[in-house]
Amino acid sequence: MKGRIFGFQSLGAVDGPGLRCVIFAQGCPLRCAYCHNPESWEAEGGAESSIEELLQKTERLRPYIIKKGGVTLSGGEPLTQPAFSAALLRALRERGYHTALDTSGALGAERAEETLRHTDLVICDLKFTTEQNYLKYCGGSLSPVLSFLSLTEAMKIPLWIRQVIVPGINDNAADAERLGKLARRFANLEKIELLPFKKLCAAKYEKLGIDFPLKNHQECAAERLAPLQKIVEKEPLP
Amino acid sequence: MKEEWSAFRGGRWLEAVDVRDFIQKNYSPYEGGGEFLAPATERTSALMKKLENLCEIERQFGGVLDIDTQTVTSLTNYRPGYLDREREIIVGLQTDRPLKRGVNPFGGIAMTRKACEAYGYSLSDKVEMEFQYRTTHNDGVFRVYSDEIKRARHCGIITGLPDSYGRGRIIGDYRRVALYGVDTLIEEKKKDKARIAASDVMLQDNIRLLEELYQQINFLGKLKEMAALYGYDISRPAANAREAVQWLYFAYLGAIKEQNGAAMSIGRVSTFLDIYFERDIARGLLGESDAQEIMDDFVMKLRMARHLRTPEYNELFAGDPMWITEALGGMGEDGRTLVTKNSYRMLNTLYNLGPSAEPNLTVLWSQALPEPFKRFSAKVSCDTDAIQYESDDLMRPIYGDDYAIACCVSAMRVGKEMQFFGARANLAKFLLMSLNGGRDEKSGEQMGPPRPVYDGEKLEYDKVLELMDFYRPWLAKTYVSAMNMIHYMHDKYAYEKTQMALHDTDVHRYMAFGAAGLSVLADSLSAIKYAAVRPVRGENGLITDFVTEGGFPAFGNDDDRVDDIAREQIELFFNELKKNPTYRGAEHTLSILTITSNVVYGKKTGSTPDGRKAGEPFAPGANPMHNREKNGALASLNSVAKLSYSACRDGISNTFSIIPEALGHSDSERLENMVSVLDGYFAQGAHHLNVNVLNRETLQEAMEYPEKYPNLTIRVSGYAVNFHKLSRAQQQEVISRTFHSVM
Repeated sequence: MKGRIFGFQSLGAVDGPGLRCVIFAQGCPLRCAYCHNPESWEAEGGAESSIEELLQKTERLRPYIIKKGGVTLSGGEPLTQPAFSAALLRALRERGYHTALDTSGALGAERAEETLRHTDLVICDLKFTTEQNYLKYCGGSLSPVLSFLSLTEAMKIPLWIRQVIVPGINDNAADAERLGKLARRFANLEKIELLPFKKLCAAKYEKLGIDFPLKNHQECAAERLAPLQKIVEKEPLP
Repeated sequence: MKEEWSAFRGGRWLEAVDVRDFIQKNYSPYEGGGEFLAPATERTSALMKKLENLCEIERQFGGVLDIDTQTVTSLTNYRPGYLDREREIIVGLQTDRPLKRGVNPFGGIAMTRKACEAYGYSLSDKVEMEFQYRTTHNDGVFRVYSDEIKRARHCGIITGLPDSYGRGRIIGDYRRVALYGVDTLIEEKKKDKARIAASDVMLQDNIRLLEELYQQINFLGKLKEMAALYGYDISRPAANAREAVQWLYFAYLGAIKEQNGAAMSIGRVSTFLDIYFERDIARGLLGESDAQEIMDDFVMKLRMARHLRTPEYNELFAGDPMWITEALGGMGEDGRTLVTKNSYRMLNTLYNLGPSAEPNLTVLWSQALPEPFKRFSAKVSCDTDAIQYESDDLMRPIYGDDYAIACCVSAMRVGKEMQFFGARANLAKFLLMSLNGGRDEKSGEQMGPPRPVYDGEKLEYDKVLELMDFYRPWLAKTYVSAMNMIHYMHDKYAYEKTQMALHDTDVHRYMAFGAAGLSVLADSLSAIKYAAVRPVRGENGLITDFVTEGGFPAFGNDDDRVDDIAREQIELFFNELKKNPTYRGAEHTLSILTITSNVVYGKKTGSTPDGRKAGEPFAPGANPMHNREKNGALASLNSVAKLSYSACRDGISNTFSIIPEALGHSDSERLENMVSVLDGYFAQGAHHLNVNVLNRETLQEAMEYPEKYPNLTIRVSGYAVNFHKLSRAQQQEVISRTFHSVM
């Protein structure tokens, strides 16, 4: 089986536990204002790759990732290619790799089940906690995300929830509190990760001739995250 | 058993000089973490402050604090010198004052003269007179060099040859002085001399060896005198930890007073010394803080070691390096780890005294190392960027478990093996000369046998390989001949008397060749094979540039199509070298290592088919070319891991820079992941890794505002440097390297 991917990062250390290789799937239904990979948006972009090829590349990294890390399927949005994602994660897991799915959950629960069956960890980027912001900054809706998360809970798959913190948009106590509360509704939650908004991607936008909506926004300083993290974790995780 | 050895377990080491046996019988493996370590004492901090002030003045003086132009350096030629006589624990300086440099004209008087002048001094008439009637190593070599070798050297296809300074890369077993005392060592050497004198009819090999033994014994005597100047009697074994460190340091000091070799490793001393520390601690004579204080003082002394160099030398080997390489950790042949508490203390000096390039701390990595030690080493890397890693699992089966590292990556059994160091051949330039009928693409000079320049509109892979096959034997023969001449003359005029006295008499010799520009060569051949490369001819008919159309796989992406080319080319070169016999029957080895000379080699090399323009730097060592790695850090490591250590027994150097954020969100994640990187890399038979965890922006800022980062240390290629001791061009090259980051 073949799928479309736009990148393969042999050393990923920030998308799931341990040292991982990260496969980036092409295509995304969202248009997040802070998106780091605008080249991943269009379903027709990237390059076609067979599961066999990806397995071969991953096998080359086995000695680094097999003990404590694994493979993360990220994107784009991997669930835009559900059959491919399911088959890939299944093949990886059969070979002994820990599998993580990095998703927005924005496509809901409907076509996710088969992929989740082969997933050891779900990393869900919960973009915003209000319908209003979700629509405004991502062009999507929060409600399918919540049904996706309920499915992961029902299937008892360990869950990490993350959010990118953008100064002036969601770097406030109210948003942090809402995130903590919402995340804790899911019994499979293991971790909440806050990530700082960075503008390294600005050059990519320029190259693609796309307007970078947050180009005038400040980057998020690392110090800004600690107090928010405290609020998010005010109450113990489930 | 001698009184100094009480409480030690006996063994073969009592019957013959056998330090390994002593270690194996007496050391205590340590499997715990660094919690026990002690911080710097007030005394240590005060002395360090004093040393830092001196280093600051040295910096302000343009890199050299002072030169004694009147005295030729040797073991007993200076009055004793001190950093702080009242408070020092370990004593001994190269000259009579801290950081003052001596002159060492044995390698070459012209070089010494130039070095003095570069810093506003002039070599005294006294020394000039003394050497008027003396042949130096450099004189000897140039008496015999052929015009062909001189051209190859001058055009830069063979460069950095140790023909005007000490060859270095010899590691005396300095531990022997501590364990046995000098008198026993003299007795053993006398026995050897008698044995050789009693063998068959005397011929050149034995006669030379006899004279060498005479010199060794003579210099062991001088070593005792040198120590006596400081009030110590090292004729007997060291009786406690402080003495063991002092005796060992005196032996090393004698070596660096006598020789200005490019790389003067200390060897593998920490675990040996641990035995003395453990004994003293058990006897209640020392506490942890005392033990650390002794090690801190010892390392402070090592950080004060200096040689006088010319600016040209500094271009090749930037940052005033001594390569006081200390090998730490590793596993024993019996499966016990060789990590001891003192391995930790040695690493802890980077915290107590601050980050530093010297000593060149090298962790011998094994999958079987205790996890806490792996994590501690990773932490030191993340915090200081000052240490390197080499695969013990790869080297132990070859060298046993008592080897050390000369310079950056050259393994040898301590006290049993030595090497003839031989700089490197420029493989990228070798490709260009093959295309240009044996001529230098820059000057047009005829270096090798003349042939027509490559004819044709497009470079064809098979034809290019044929041309290289034609010129490779010429390059190998020229290179081996030059090396044989150099080492013949070095033995004759600048023999390492102190260091060789601390080796077995029947020593195994390596001849260590080197290659630079491997990734440029591999990518160039890949371009010729997979893209379309059109040669561009200059006015003199030589090919001086290339137009490359289409993509091609680049080394550093774990792509066999090009990685196989790199592997094949290095093996072809090594096999060709081996066809040429070596001086004293030395065993051929090869390294892929450049130090900082990748910048100079690039300067001397025309444009190459991979798209690199004339004069642009090569990647260092075996590194992929900057920013051609498109699949992330591990794919890059995998490409280098494919190079065969059996063809490159002198080492394969790889330097890896990653930004902290790409290695994990938190400190503990970063340590864990660093350990996984090292385990994974070395599990594939890779040899060496320099690790830098830093941001490019930090370096850029340090370049503009040096005062903000006075002690910024980075790993360059087999060693570490203080960033400010690099030239502007070298700094820029380091900044332009690939920094693996988050996608």
